[in-house]
Amino acid sequence: MMDFSTPPYLLNNASVQRVMLQVLAALLPGVAAYVWIFGPIILVQLALATATALAAEAAMLKLREKPLAMFLSDGSAIVTAWLIALTFPPLSPWWLVVTGTLFAIVIAKHLYGGLGQNPFNPAMVAFAVCIVSFPALMSQWPSVGLQVSFADQARVVFGMMPRLDAISGATPLDTLKTALKLEEGTVSVTQLLADQTVYGFFAGRGWEWVTGGYLLGGIFLLWRGIISWHAPLSFIAGLTLLSGALWVWHPAQFANPFFHLFSGGAMLGAWFIVTDPVSGCTTMKGKLIFGFVAGALAYLIRVFGGYPDGVAFAVLLMNICVPLIDHYTQPAIFGMKDKS
Amino acid sequence: MLSLFKFKGGVKPQTNKTQSVSEPIAVAPLPSRLFVPLHQSIGGTPQPLVQAGDRVLKGQLIGAADGWISSAVHAPTSGTVRAIAEHIAAHPSGLTTLSVEIEPDGKDEWIERTPIDYAKLPPERVRELLREAGVVGLGGAVFPTHGKLTASKTVPMDELVINGAECEPFITCDDVLMRERAEEVIRGVGIFRDLLQPKRVLIGIEDNKPEAVAALQTAVAKLNEKFEVIAVPTRYPAGGAKQLIRVLTGKEVPSSKRSTDLGVQCFNVATAYTAWRAVTHGEPVISRIVTLTGNVERPRNWEALIGTPLSEFVALGQPKADTNGYLMGGPMMGFEMPAMDAPLVKATNCIIAGSPTLFPPKAPEMPCIRCGECAKVCPHELQPFEMYWFSRAHNFGKTQEYHIFDCIECGCCSFVCPSRIPLVQYFRFAKSEIWAREKEKNAADQAKARFEWKTEREEREKAEKAEKLARAAAAQAAKKAAEAAAAAAAPAADSDATPAPATATAAGVAAQAPLPAATESATTTDAPVDADAAKKAAIAAAMERARAQRAAIQPKNTENLTLLQQKDIAAVDAVRQQAGIEPAPAAEAEEPKS
Ligand code: SF4
Ligand code: SF4
Repeated sequence: MMDFSTPPYLLNNASVQRVMLQVLAALLPGVAAYVWIFGPIILVQLALATATALAAEAAMLKLREKPLAMFLSDGSAIVTAWLIALTFPPLSPWWLVVTGTLFAIVIAKHLYGGLGQNPFNPAMVAFAVCIVSFPALMSQWPSVGLQVSFADQARVVFGMMPRLDAISGATPLDTLKTALKLEEGTVSVTQLLADQTVYGFFAGRGWEWVTGGYLLGGIFLLWRGIISWHAPLSFIAGLTLLSGALWVWHPAQFANPFFHLFSGGAMLGAWFIVTDPVSGCTTMKGKLIFGFVAGALAYLIRVFGGYPDGVAFAVLLMNICVPLIDHYTQPAIFGMKDKS
Repeated sequence: MLSLFKFKGGVKPQTNKTQSVSEPIAVAPLPSRLFVPLHQSIGGTPQPLVQAGDRVLKGQLIGAADGWISSAVHAPTSGTVRAIAEHIAAHPSGLTTLSVEIEPDGKDEWIERTPIDYAKLPPERVRELLREAGVVGLGGAVFPTHGKLTASKTVPMDELVINGAECEPFITCDDVLMRERAEEVIRGVGIFRDLLQPKRVLIGIEDNKPEAVAALQTAVAKLNEKFEVIAVPTRYPAGGAKQLIRVLTGKEVPSSKRSTDLGVQCFNVATAYTAWRAVTHGEPVISRIVTLTGNVERPRNWEALIGTPLSEFVALGQPKADTNGYLMGGPMMGFEMPAMDAPLVKATNCIIAGSPTLFPPKAPEMPCIRCGECAKVCPHELQPFEMYWFSRAHNFGKTQEYHIFDCIECGCCSFVCPSRIPLVQYFRFAKSEIWAREKEKNAADQAKARFEWKTEREEREKAEKAEKLARAAAAQAAKKAAEAAAAAAAPAADSDATPAPATATAAGVAAQAPLPAATESATTTDAPVDADAAKKAAIAAAMERARAQRAAIQPKNTENLTLLQQKDIAAVDAVRQQAGIEPAPAAEAEEPKS
């Protein structure tokens, strides 16, 4: 007798591992730009996060008596790890990214039941927890023009060299917010953005390339059919419409949508976070709502809130709403469409 | 040219069809034994008309259709009936079914066949002929064809859809049939057309079968018909009746309706072919074209007798050494044959020899990551992962909210699921559990109703007894009073005594009626005797109506069960019984025996 019991006997070659590997591949252009702009220290952070994630995953699987090899090799922990490393400041101390990753894997993922069960995006949980607990560390980003050797960067990360204010500052997004607050009424956004040493060509200097890399990765995922267009495009739409409206209304006070799209976590969020299937909506309409509201919320939080960026909080807020949105957006099935 | 519609979802597995079409259809040699199951279609199980030891001729009726939705069964060749016994069925459960075992005599001697010009017959007679000839849907559903040949009385028949799509991988029996016997297929379609009088006849064939399309087009032209032969895009399950109807007509037939309610009906090409042979040649359905492919040296199509044991059939294709099992049907919706002596039946369109290379062991099941791939490919636009989640949680009510009974078990969802979850298996489990529970519930309801009748009767009898005693006492008192010649007391006693005769009859009827539980109708006859009982009877009747109504509504879709589903239920019942979970469910009538 054959060792298979039920139809279909023919399956395509999809697997969770293949999905995750493609997501990792899609992150590569962004990572490459990151390395090019900020130096290879990000690779150290990526490695740290990956090692922590795998170790935590293995420990939790063991504890929960789940098959180790199957789940360790599925790649989902690595995706979480990478997203954490890429959203944390590259020069943050090693323990910060380790703490974040541990939190994501142990609490946000496994305490909720492991792969496929987590209602919140683990990487965003890590980001939110760390930015609340260590706001200063999570807000210090290297300025782009600064030349610090890789060795020195590594020393900073591993605490062998004091953190110099000179080598790290806020993100362009944060800088803009602070500048506007400090010099209330005296300067306009347009003047500030003209300073290319901070703001580059169209978004944050340097950042525009990294986020451009994420966009490229997102398009790759779209092409591979790993993600659908609904959540990312509606996220971008939400962010663009809101920022665009305010920008049109008061251009001196509000940055243009382009700046917002290519700054901070917007692009990563659009293509890699709101597309997370586990913690996101499953219906097409639901995805549109989830993305749109998350985009609008992210904008509101980053512009009016106290934190440098709003993507994480926006996504977590929307994660809570997922069951509700899904429930009310169930599509009509075959043959029942004109039942209205 | 007709513009085509699209159905959502679907997948494109490797078709693997070329292997078995290089050679023409061959007639399979007579096997040494035939095991012809009596129940081979949806509906009633035919009773055997022969006995062990009887000589039968080829085409002789051995099981007459039982009820209108049922289909006759015939001897596939001449020979001797060796037994009427339970024999393993062509079903994954490994259950047995009452089968007629025939030892062929090698003469292959036909009964007298009377060719008929069906145009001269009234339509009812043609339908009867099809029923008597055992013509059933050969696409796999084996629904009795005559039962689908009556148009709706209220909705005009717009389209007759003929299904030559054959979308499942590996299967080519319809393809070769259309190529080689196109004219008879078209003539068969003509019969259906004449009975249903549709405005248009649309024949849909997947565009990976250009030879079949061409052959049918030629035949249509030659026979001067107006049928449209249409190549439809190759995408599984384009050959699903509802999908093909959607593609050709744009109509979506919901699970709650018959297709005729939307003015459309659908038949398989092979069914049309057998209908033609049956009506105009007097040849009942005793053989069919079966694709033998997969891990065999000589894949091809055979015209094989119904009842041929699997072992003898597969030998024709010379299975390779590493063959480790046989599938009946395609790899998407088929199942593994339970034993080598299981017979070919009318539903057997294809036998695939499996091997570890052809069907590698499945990867272990992982948790659902809610990626939605399954929903994307579901041709019925369901949310398989939700149904999976609730099936797993045994929350069957929720699975119904997510329309589990609209699932056609096409397997597209399992095909793409990256977590390799055997989704269809979960859905079948949930469906059969729902059916089983529904049956239990009905049985319990009936028991409850019976119990209520019983207590009510006992109470009434008690009351009557008491009344009788009271009456006797009253009579005695009246007698005494009369004896005492107290005339004034008489009216009072009279008024007391008036109900007495009525009660007496009631008691009489009750005494005559057989003991409780036995009949429910008997109680209704005597119930109206006193007002209280009448009320109770009315309540009970209302309850009974409600129960009947419930039974009629739930569970959904039972009337459209495929043979496979019916068998699944039987299998579940068997397992449950074995486990001692529950005595045999009450609704015996619908329990299939094969
Ligand atoms: S395809 Fe599989 S993993 Fe993806 S949502 Fe459906 S059941 Fe879950
Ligand atoms: S098996 Fe059912 S749920 Fe899965 S794709 Fe087919 S119809 Fe949809």
